[in-house]
Amino acid sequence: MIAPLENLLEMRGIKLQFGDKVILNGVDLCVRSQDVLVIMGLSGCGKSTLLSIVLGLLKPDAGSVFFKKEELTELSRWKLNKVRMHIGMVYQNAALLSSLNVGENVALPLQELTHKTVREIRSIIDEKLELVGLSNARDKFPSELSGGMQKRAGMARALALDPELLLFDEPTAGLDPINSDLINELIVTLREKQKVTSVVVTHEMESAFSLGTRMAFLDEGKMILFGSPDEFRNSEIPIVREFLSPASVHKK
Amino acid sequence: MASDATSLEIHGTTPTMIAKLGILILLLLQELGGIFRMLIETASEIVECIRQHRKPMHLEEFFFQTNRTGVGSIPMVVLLSVFIGLTMALLTGYQLQIFGIVTLVPAVVSVSFTREMGPLFTGIVLASRVGAAYTAELGAMTADGEVDAIEGMGIGSLRYLVTPRILAIFCLTPCLTVISIISGIFGGAFVSNLLLQIGYGFFYDQVMTYLLVKDLMAGVVKSFMFGGIIGLIACYKGLSMRGGAIGVGNATTQSVVASIGTVIACDSVCNIIMITFFP
Repeated sequence: MIAPLENLLEMRGIKLQFGDKVILNGVDLCVRSQDVLVIMGLSGCGKSTLLSIVLGLLKPDAGSVFFKKEELTELSRWKLNKVRMHIGMVYQNAALLSSLNVGENVALPLQELTHKTVREIRSIIDEKLELVGLSNARDKFPSELSGGMQKRAGMARALALDPELLLFDEPTAGLDPINSDLINELIVTLREKQKVTSVVVTHEMESAFSLGTRMAFLDEGKMILFGSPDEFRNSEIPIVREFLSPASVHKK
Repeated sequence: MASDATSLEIHGTTPTMIAKLGILILLLLQELGGIFRMLIETASEIVECIRQHRKPMHLEEFFFQTNRTGVGSIPMVVLLSVFIGLTMALLTGYQLQIFGIVTLVPAVVSVSFTREMGPLFTGIVLASRVGAAYTAELGAMTADGEVDAIEGMGIGSLRYLVTPRILAIFCLTPCLTVISIISGIFGGAFVSNLLLQIGYGFFYDQVMTYLLVKDLMAGVVKSFMFGGIIGLIACYKGLSMRGGAIGVGNATTQSVVASIGTVIACDSVCNIIMITFFP
């Protein structure tokens, strides 16, 4: 008998509002180990905010976030930093440090958070850049890279510490189909070969269905649907049907 | 908190003078609270880092910042100080000539430059040159999400970004103050020799007679404080910046204004304390 996979990440009753605007109104979510959870929803519904809460960049007004059963919202800044070492984030705009070249960007978490030698760091940089297909861009600065290359470099940096959980904020937004496929393949490869759990926020239906082992739909601050890709395809919820319609048509 | 204060402006009918003053005090206290919180969190990150047997800061980064802050500011500090020392000696000499005590010019220039002008003008130069650069740099990084990325990796943005900058300006301000004092006195000596018939030898003797170690100590102690103030305000303004390119511009302006204002205010308070308790 196969043991059930345990939850790597759990969010319970997350509430957040900016001024009078309610962004999240009691969001519950759980991500099992080795899952790729795709979060969808209309623009501005709080998907990226949810990722910021997981990473502890934003503190919810109410609710709890558990990573490997450890409550993150209660942790001190230092303890939170230790947990963050196990979580990688690929930002929508890549968020590479513009004053450092690609190699230095990937090396940054290794230099700052580990006791690895220069040689070890160099070999990790080479390995991660090769994984994302940027071996020849090591000495280039972010401003010299295309959008797709920046995202891949951001991915290499997020992978530097071999995190257990990877958060992707619109990883394929604004990219051409070839670059999008490359990034999608990479997320699948990471799950299958390195057993990395991922949470992906995306609008791209094709990406969502090709990546997701679980899917969630966020609307008006609540998670209105959470289930398998098939449950999504067969959902009767009007907004979900409307959101998925182009993909459904494409599928048929 | 900021929104609480500003909401008074929006929802209130017509804010009275007292209400406006209240809002101003509230905003000031919020800023002060933010700066102290940043300082405490930076210190705790450093302590934790040391406890984990990791370097809290890379020496290369510290030396990069000291080079930028210190070496880069020398020409401007020297230029400004020479001209201010020169003008000061000239105007003082012109007045003292009326009373026939022009020989006091070296004492006046050296003491006032050591206790007051040197630290103050160095502070003003650093606030506008280095403080502005710190705020703009950190502000741009905040706007581009680089600060969040550093924080999200668990590196600790305060330790990584704030520590080398504050430490560099804190250590280098006294050095630049000493350079400013020497330059100012030299400027004074030059114009005294040229226009007031005070020879370099006499000027030097007078400086050695009237200038006391406690004057130099007063100037140096103040300059440490000014360096810390400028660094803290500049980094805080940069990291708390909101609103893209305009936000960076506004934060930089606010940083320079707040730094210069605070440096001048602290200078006055220091002078009162020093004159009262250590005459």
